[in-house]
Amino acid sequence: MKDKLFKYLLFGASCLILLLSGGIIYALVSSSFEVFSHFGFFNFIQSTEWDSQHEKFGALPFISGTVLTSVLALLFCIPFAFSIALFNGEYFKGTKVAAVVSSVVDLLAGIPSIVFGLWGFYVLRPFMVDLGINAQGFGVLLSSIVLAIMIIPYASSLSTEFISVVPNELKEAAYSLGATNLEVIRTVSIPFAGSGIFASFILALGRALGETMAVTMLIGNTNNIPKNLADTGNTMASIIANQFGEASGLKLSSLIAMGLLLFVLTAIINLIAKYIMKLVNK
Amino acid sequence: MENTINTQVRANSEPQPSGNSELLLQLKDVSVSYSPEKKAVLNVSADIYSNTVTAIMGPSGCGKSTLLRAINRMHELYPNIKTEGEILLKGENVLDMNPMKVRRMAGMVFQRPNPFPTMSIYDNVLAGYSLNNIKLNKQEKDEIVETTLRGVALWDEVKDSMTKKGSFLSGGQQQRLCIARALALKPELLLMDEPTSALDPISTNRIEELILDLKQQYTIVIVTHNMSQAARISDNSMFMYLGELVEYDSTKKMFTKPKEKRTEDYLTGAFG
Amino acid sequence: MSSTLQYRRAKDKVFLCVVCILSSLTMIPLFLILWELLKKGYKQINLSLFTEVAPSSMDAMLARISNEPIPGGILNGLSGTILMLAMAIVMSIPVGILSGIYLAEHKDSKFSSVVRSLTDLLQGVPSIVVGVVVYAWVVRPMHSYSAFAGSVSLAIMMLPMIIRSTEESMKMVPGTLKEAGLALGASYSTIILRILLPAAFGGLFTGSLLAICRVMGETAPLLLTALGASAVNLNVTEPTSAIPLLIWEFYNDPNLANLVWTTSLLLLVFVLVINIIAKNIAKKWKIQ
Repeated sequence: MKDKLFKYLLFGASCLILLLSGGIIYALVSSSFEVFSHFGFFNFIQSTEWDSQHEKFGALPFISGTVLTSVLALLFCIPFAFSIALFNGEYFKGTKVAAVVSSVVDLLAGIPSIVFGLWGFYVLRPFMVDLGINAQGFGVLLSSIVLAIMIIPYASSLSTEFISVVPNELKEAAYSLGATNLEVIRTVSIPFAGSGIFASFILALGRALGETMAVTMLIGNTNNIPKNLADTGNTMASIIANQFGEASGLKLSSLIAMGLLLFVLTAIINLIAKYIMKLVNK
Repeated sequence: MENTINTQVRANSEPQPSGNSELLLQLKDVSVSYSPEKKAVLNVSADIYSNTVTAIMGPSGCGKSTLLRAINRMHELYPNIKTEGEILLKGENVLDMNPMKVRRMAGMVFQRPNPFPTMSIYDNVLAGYSLNNIKLNKQEKDEIVETTLRGVALWDEVKDSMTKKGSFLSGGQQQRLCIARALALKPELLLMDEPTSALDPISTNRIEELILDLKQQYTIVIVTHNMSQAARISDNSMFMYLGELVEYDSTKKMFTKPKEKRTEDYLTGAFG
Repeated sequence: MSSTLQYRRAKDKVFLCVVCILSSLTMIPLFLILWELLKKGYKQINLSLFTEVAPSSMDAMLARISNEPIPGGILNGLSGTILMLAMAIVMSIPVGILSGIYLAEHKDSKFSSVVRSLTDLLQGVPSIVVGVVVYAWVVRPMHSYSAFAGSVSLAIMMLPMIIRSTEESMKMVPGTLKEAGLALGASYSTIILRILLPAAFGGLFTGSLLAICRVMGETAPLLLTALGASAVNLNVTEPTSAIPLLIWEFYNDPNLANLVWTTSLLLLVFVLVINIIAKNIAKKWKIQ
C-alpha cells in the first residue's frame, strides 16, 4: 500500500516534467498567437521594423543580432576551448596541473552573467574605444568576446571528456610507428573524438544564443541589423530584457513571440548536439 | 491434491531425512522464465530437510542462481520474470505469501559482500529490524548484535569498531557481516549465492567453516560453481544443467556414484 | 630525412606551446574579474551592507558629492534572494529527487526516455525565456510581480539539474544493495529511501548545491517576475528584490555605481565558495 503510493509519487513527479514542458510551450505559443495572426508568421520574422508608436514589430534585426553574436562567440571560443580540451584530456591528462586548470575553468562557468556584463562594460569597453572600434565601444564585437569567454567552460569540459576517452591502444599504435604527439592527435584523437567535440561546440552555441544580461549590457541596444563587427544591435534575449517591463498589448505579445523563437532556436540547436552525441555513444 | 506429497512423481532419487531432521522446503515443479520462450529453470522438484547444507552445482547459466532466487522471490524486482509451480516453506506456498514475510523467513547472502555503505557495522547487523520498522530497545539491540556477530565469528575482530562503516572491513569480514545481517532476523532458511566467489582462499576457508558450524541451527542452501567446495561442506547436492535438475542426492553418493551420465561428465571436468 | 624529422618535432613543440599559451590565457579572465571586483568593491564592505536596504539615488548622490562612502546596504536584495531561493528549493528539490529516482529505477522504459529528453530540453531553455513563461503563468494572472513568481522561475531552472544529478548518483549505487535490502524483507519505499538514497546522498547534495549556485546569480528571469523592491519584503505575493536585481539597478544608476562592485563581489564570492564546497564534497564522496 505504502509502496504503491510511493511508486505513484515517483511517477507523478516525472509526469510533472511532461506537464512543465507542455506548459512552457503552451504559454509561449498561446501568447504569441496574436502576433502571428496580426502580422503573419513569416512577415514577423522577416520584418526589420520595430516601431512602438505605430505598433509595427518585426524580429529580423534581433534574430540576426543573436545569430551573429553567437556564431562569432563560437568562433572566438574554439581555439581556446580546444586548447583546454587538449591540455586536460591529452597532454596533461590526470595530472595536478590539469586538475587546477579544469577547476579554474569550472569556476569561470560559475560567474553570473551580470558580473561578466559589468566587467565587459567597465574593463573591456574602454579597450574597444582605444582600439577605435567605435566611439562608445558597445557592439557586436564586444558582446561576442565576452560571450566567448562565457561559453569556453561549456565547450571545453565536454570536449575534454571526449578526448580523454580515446583508447590508449590506438594512440600507442600510432606512437609505436614513430608519430609525434601532434601527429597522434591529428590522426588518432581528433578522428576518434571529432563528432563528440563538434557536439560540445554546438551545445556551447546553444548557451550563447540564450545569454541575456551580459549581452544586454554590451551590445548597444539599437534595433537595426548589425552590418559589421563594430555595429551595435540587439539580440532576441536582450530586447526582451530591455523592453519587457514597459511593454503591453501587441508589443508585449511580440516580445513573447520573440521568446518563442528563441526557445525554438535553442531547442533545435540542443537537439542537434544531443543527436550527434547519441550517435557517438553508440 | 496439491498437498499430497507422495503422489508427486520424481525422476531422481532424493536424500532421505536423517535423525531429527524434518521437511523444511519443498520445491514442486518450479519453473522460472525470463520470457515466454526462454525458461531458465524447468520443472524442478526437490525436498530439503532442516539442519542440512544443500549445494546447488552446475555450469554457469544452468539456472542455479535463478532457482535459489526464486525461493525468496527476488525475481519480483524484474517484472518480466515469471515463477511457476509451488515452493512450500514449512508447508506454506511462498508464492502466495507476503513477499516481505518470505524474505524475512529466508535470509540471503550474495556473491559480493554488500554491507550498507551508509550504516555502521552495528547498524548493518540490525538492518533487518530497522528496515522493517521493528522497534528494539538498546539492550535488545546490543544482545542481538553480540550474539549474531559471535555466531559468525566476527565479534572479537570488530567489537571495538562498532561505529565504523562496514566498508572499513576486509572482504571476508564484510561477507561474514552480511551473513550476520541475514541471521540477525533468525530466518528458517539461509540462501547463499556463491558467497565465496569474490573472496581469497583464506577468507573462503573461514566462511566454509562457518557454514558447517551454522548447520547446527540453520538450514542452508548454497549455490556454488566450485565442486570441491560442495564436496567439503554439503550434505546433499543438486546438479543442474540447462535449467533442469539432473540429479539430487546425498553429496557422498553423487560424488562417488553419480547416476546420470551428465553429472559424471560434469564432476570429471568434461564440461563446465 | 633528418631535416623532416627535425621539422616534425619542431612542429610538435610549437603546437604544444600554442596549446599551453591558449590554455593559460583562458585562466586569465577569472582572475581579472576577481581582481577588478576586489579593487573597486572592498571599500564599501561594512556591517551596514548587511543591515540596511539599498539607498535612494538622492542619498547616494549627496554622499558622492561630499566624498563619503555611500550609505545603506543590500539587505533588501539579500533577504529577497534568500526568500526566493528557499522557495525554489522547496519546490524543485523534492520533485527533482523523486523524478530522478523514477528515471534511475526505470532506465529503459519509453516514458523515461521521453522524460529524460524533456529534462534536457528544459536544461537548455534560456533563462530569459523561463522569465517570459513564468510571467505568462504567474505574473499575468496575479496582476502583480512577486517573489513567488521569481521563485517559480528559479525552481524551473534548478529542476533539470537536480533530476540529472539524482539519476546519475542513483545509478552509481551498486544494484546488490537493493537486493540486499529486498532479501531482508524491506519494502520498496524503505529500500529506496533508507538504503539507496543515503548511498547516493553525496552526489545528490553536490548536484543540488551546484543548481542553487547557478540560479543564485540569475538576473534575467527575475527582471520579468520578481521585478525588485526598495524595501525588505517577505510577502511572497509582492514584488521583491534580489542581489542580482540590485546589481542591475546600481549599474543603471550612475550615483550608485560604487555599490555595484561591492554587491557583485559579494555575489561572486558566495557563488565561488559554494561551488568549491560542492566540488570538494563530490571528490570526498568519490573516494568512499
